[in-house]
Amino acid sequence: MDTRNRILMAVAALMLIGVYFTPIWSISMEAPQYPEGIGMNISIDNIEGKNENDLQNINGLNHYIGMKEINPDSIPELKVMPYIFGFLILSGLVIAGIGKPKWILFWLGLFVLFAIAGLVDFYLWGYDYGHNLNPDAPIKVPGMTYQPPLIGSKQLLNINATSLPHIGFYISLLSMSIAGTVWWRSKKD
Amino acid sequence: MNKLLKKSLLWSLAAITAMGFISMGCSSNGEFGSSSDAAQKVYVAPGEHDEFYGFFSGGYNGQMGVYGLPSGRHIFTIPVFSQAPVNGYGFSEETKAMLQTTDGFIPWGDAHHPELSQTDGETDGRWVFMNENNTPRVARIGLDEFKTQEIIEIPNSAGNHASSFVTPNTEYVSAATRFSIPMKEGSLENMDVSIDSYKENFKGTISFIKVSDEGHMSIDFQIMMPGFNYDLSHAGKGPSDGWSFFTSYNSEEANTLLEINASKNDKDYIAAINWKKAAEYAKQGKGEMIPGKHYRNYIDHEEGGIAKSEVIEEVRVLDPRKLEGIVYFLPTPKSPHGVDVDPTGQYIAAGGKLSTVIPVHSFAKMQDAIENEDFAGEEQGIPVLKYDSILHGEVENPGLGPLHTEFDGKGNAYTTAFISSEIVKWNIEKTEVVDRIDVYYSPGHLMIPGGDSENPDGKYLVSLNKITKDRYLPTGPELFHSAQLIDISGEKMELLLDFPTEGEPHYAQGIAAEKVKKNQKRFYEIDDNNHPHATKSEKETKVVRDGNEVHVYMTTIRSHFTPDNIEGIKVGDEVYFHVTNLEQDWDVPHGFAMKGANTSEILVMPGETLTLKWQPKKVGVFPFYCTDFCSALHQEMQGYVRVSPENSDTPISYSTGQ
Repeated sequence: MDTRNRILMAVAALMLIGVYFTPIWSISMEAPQYPEGIGMNISIDNIEGKNENDLQNINGLNHYIGMKEINPDSIPELKVMPYIFGFLILSGLVIAGIGKPKWILFWLGLFVLFAIAGLVDFYLWGYDYGHNLNPDAPIKVPGMTYQPPLIGSKQLLNINATSLPHIGFYISLLSMSIAGTVWWRSKKD
Repeated sequence: MNKLLKKSLLWSLAAITAMGFISMGCSSNGEFGSSSDAAQKVYVAPGEHDEFYGFFSGGYNGQMGVYGLPSGRHIFTIPVFSQAPVNGYGFSEETKAMLQTTDGFIPWGDAHHPELSQTDGETDGRWVFMNENNTPRVARIGLDEFKTQEIIEIPNSAGNHASSFVTPNTEYVSAATRFSIPMKEGSLENMDVSIDSYKENFKGTISFIKVSDEGHMSIDFQIMMPGFNYDLSHAGKGPSDGWSFFTSYNSEEANTLLEINASKNDKDYIAAINWKKAAEYAKQGKGEMIPGKHYRNYIDHEEGGIAKSEVIEEVRVLDPRKLEGIVYFLPTPKSPHGVDVDPTGQYIAAGGKLSTVIPVHSFAKMQDAIENEDFAGEEQGIPVLKYDSILHGEVENPGLGPLHTEFDGKGNAYTTAFISSEIVKWNIEKTEVVDRIDVYYSPGHLMIPGGDSENPDGKYLVSLNKITKDRYLPTGPELFHSAQLIDISGEKMELLLDFPTEGEPHYAQGIAAEKVKKNQKRFYEIDDNNHPHATKSEKETKVVRDGNEVHVYMTTIRSHFTPDNIEGIKVGDEVYFHVTNLEQDWDVPHGFAMKGANTSEILVMPGETLTLKWQPKKVGVFPFYCTDFCSALHQEMQGYVRVSPENSDTPISYSTGQ
C-alpha cells in the first residue's frame, strides 16, 4: 500500500469519530396535532427527541396503545455500540499502519457484519415495541400493531411514521466505500 | 283630477321611490365600504396569522382583549384587574395577591388605556401596561407569556384615568387622578370635610412610576396639582422628550352636576410636565416623603411564579409651587379629553370635546414662551402660558365632539368625533381636514398600530365605537361594543370591517406581530419550576396532614391525576390541592375542579403548579376532574376524595391505579 492509500485508510477510520456526534437513524412522526412534527434521533449511545421534550411526548402518546416506554437506559446495545466503533477506528488505523490490503477486506467484512447486525437488532427492537403491547392499553385496535418501518413511511393510526438513516449512517457508508476503494486500488500492488 | 296632474303625481311618486332605493343602497351604514375588495383585505386564510396584534382594554370587564388585525379575530383575553374563572386568576392561591389593595381584596377593576413599552420611541413588544380607573392601579403584562406580572397601586389618587402612558424609553409610566379629593396640606391625607369645600380643599396628583429594565415598577414621585379632573395624557418624544402632557377639565372646580358646572370655562388646561426636571429634583431628594401607603403585587419568578404583595408606606411628593419649572398650564378649549403628540414630537393636539376646533400646540413655541416668561398669569401658583403664543394652528370643522387623535407617520392625524360619529383625517402642518369617514356609532378612542409612537405603521386604523345598536345580531338590551377597521394606506379612508369587542375597550394598542411572536413561551420548563409545593414526578406525589390543613401534592399527565383516590379528609379540613402539570408540550393544559369548592377551577399550564383551596362541608365521596379537554381520554381524567366526619379517624391514604 502506498502512502496515499495508507492515508486514505486512516481517513476512513478517523471519520468514524463523526458517528459519535451525529445520529445514525431518525424516526419522524407526523400528525395533525403536531404541525411542527415530533420525532426521535437514534445515535450510537442514545435515543433523543428531535426537540427537547419529544421523547417524553412520544412516550406519552405511546402509553395509550400500551407500548413500552422508550428509555435509552434500558437498551444495552446503546452501551456496546460506542466500543464497536472505537474498535473499528483503532483497528482501521492499525491496518493503515501495517498497510496490508487483505486486512482492509477483513476490516470491511467486520464492519458490514456489524452494520447488518445493527439493522437486524433495530428491527427486532421495533418489532418488540410494536407488538409486545400492554393488554390493559386504553386503545386497542384489533389486528393493529405499531412496529415502525425499518426504512420508509408507515401510517400508524393518526401518525405517519417515517424512518430514515441519519448523518452517522452516511458517514459509515462513506467510510466503508473509502476503505473499499483503498482495498481495490492496492490489491493489485 | 285631470290627466296631467295624475301623470305628474305618478312621476313624483316614482321619483321618490327611486330616491328611496338609492339612499337605501347608498349606505346609511357603511355597507358600500364593505365590498369584496374590503373582504380580501381583511381575509386571513385558515392557518395564517394576522399582521398585527391588537391589545384592547376591556373597560368594565377589567381585562385585556387580544385581537388579530386585520381579521379582527378575538384571539385571547388576558386577566388583569378582575378575577377570571377561566383559568383561576385571582382565585388560585398563587394569584390572589395580585388583586390586593389598601382597600383589601378587590375582585374587579375598570381597565382603560393599554400602552406598549417603548424603546427609542418605538414599540418593542416587551410589555403592555394598563391602568385601572376605579381603584387607582397600573398593571404590567408580560408579552412573553401574556400574563399580568405586576400591579402597583397609586396612592393619593382617586380615579386613575390619565394613565398608563409611557415615556419613549419606558423610563416612566404615568398616572394622574381623575377625581380630585380633599387632601390635607403636607400629608395628603383624605379629609372628612364638606363636599362643597371643593375649591378650598380638593387637590389632584400626577404620578410617575419608574420601570426598571426587568419591569419592576415603583412610584418615583408624585406632583401636587390643583383640584381639577385629569383626563388623558401622552409623553413627548423627539424634541419634546422629557415632557408629558395631561389634559384637565373641571378647571371650574365644580363638585356637583359637572355636566353643566364643569363646562363653563371657555378654556381648560393641558398640564405640561417637565418630567426630566422633576426626576432630577426627586433624585436630589427635593420634595417631601409623605405617607402614601400602597400595594405592589408581583409574580415572584424566584418562587414558583407565586404572586406576592409588598406594602410601600411612603411616597415622594413634589410641590410645583415650590419647585420651579416642572409644571406649566397650556390653555386649551374646551374640556379637552385626549392629548396626543405627533410622531415628530413637535405638535400637541388636544381633543376639546366641546370645542368647535382641534387646537394644535407647538412644542417649540411653548418652549420659547417658557423661556421668555410669556405668561398669561398663574393658576394656583402654576404659570399659565398664552394660548396665542403657543398655538401652531386650529383645525377648522373637525366634526362634533373631537376626542382622540392618532398619527400615520406620513404627516396626517386622525381624530374621532364622538357626536358627529366620524373620523376626520387632517394634515398636521397645515391643520386642514383632508378626508372624513362615518363610523358606527360614536367613536371614543381610535388606534393605529404604533400610532402614538415615533414610528407608526400607518396601514390600518381601528375605531373603538361606544354605541353598537344594530351592527350585529341583536343580543337583548346588552351589547358588545363594536370596533371598525379602516384602511388608511391611501388618500381616502376606506371602511373594511366591523368586529365586536368584549367589555368596553377604551384605548387600544397595536404592534407588528413579529415583534411579539418571537418571544413567546410555549410552556414552563418543569426543571425550572421552583414552586415550594411543586411535584416534579408521580413518585413524589403525596398527601400531608398538618393539623386541619391537608396538602395534596398532585400531578397531572394525559390522562390521569396522581393520586386519584384520596381518603382521610375530614369535614372542617382546609385542603390545598397543589396541582403540577407534568406535561412538557405546547398547549396541553390540565384543569382541576373540585365539587363543592367555593372558588373557581384552576387551569394549569405545562410545567406550572397552581393551588386550589377546598373546605369540605359534607361527609361522603366527592369527585374532582380535569376541566380542559386534554386528550382522547379526558373524560376518564377524574378522581375521588373521601370525606369523613370531623371526629372520625380515617387515616390519610392515597393512590392511583391500585
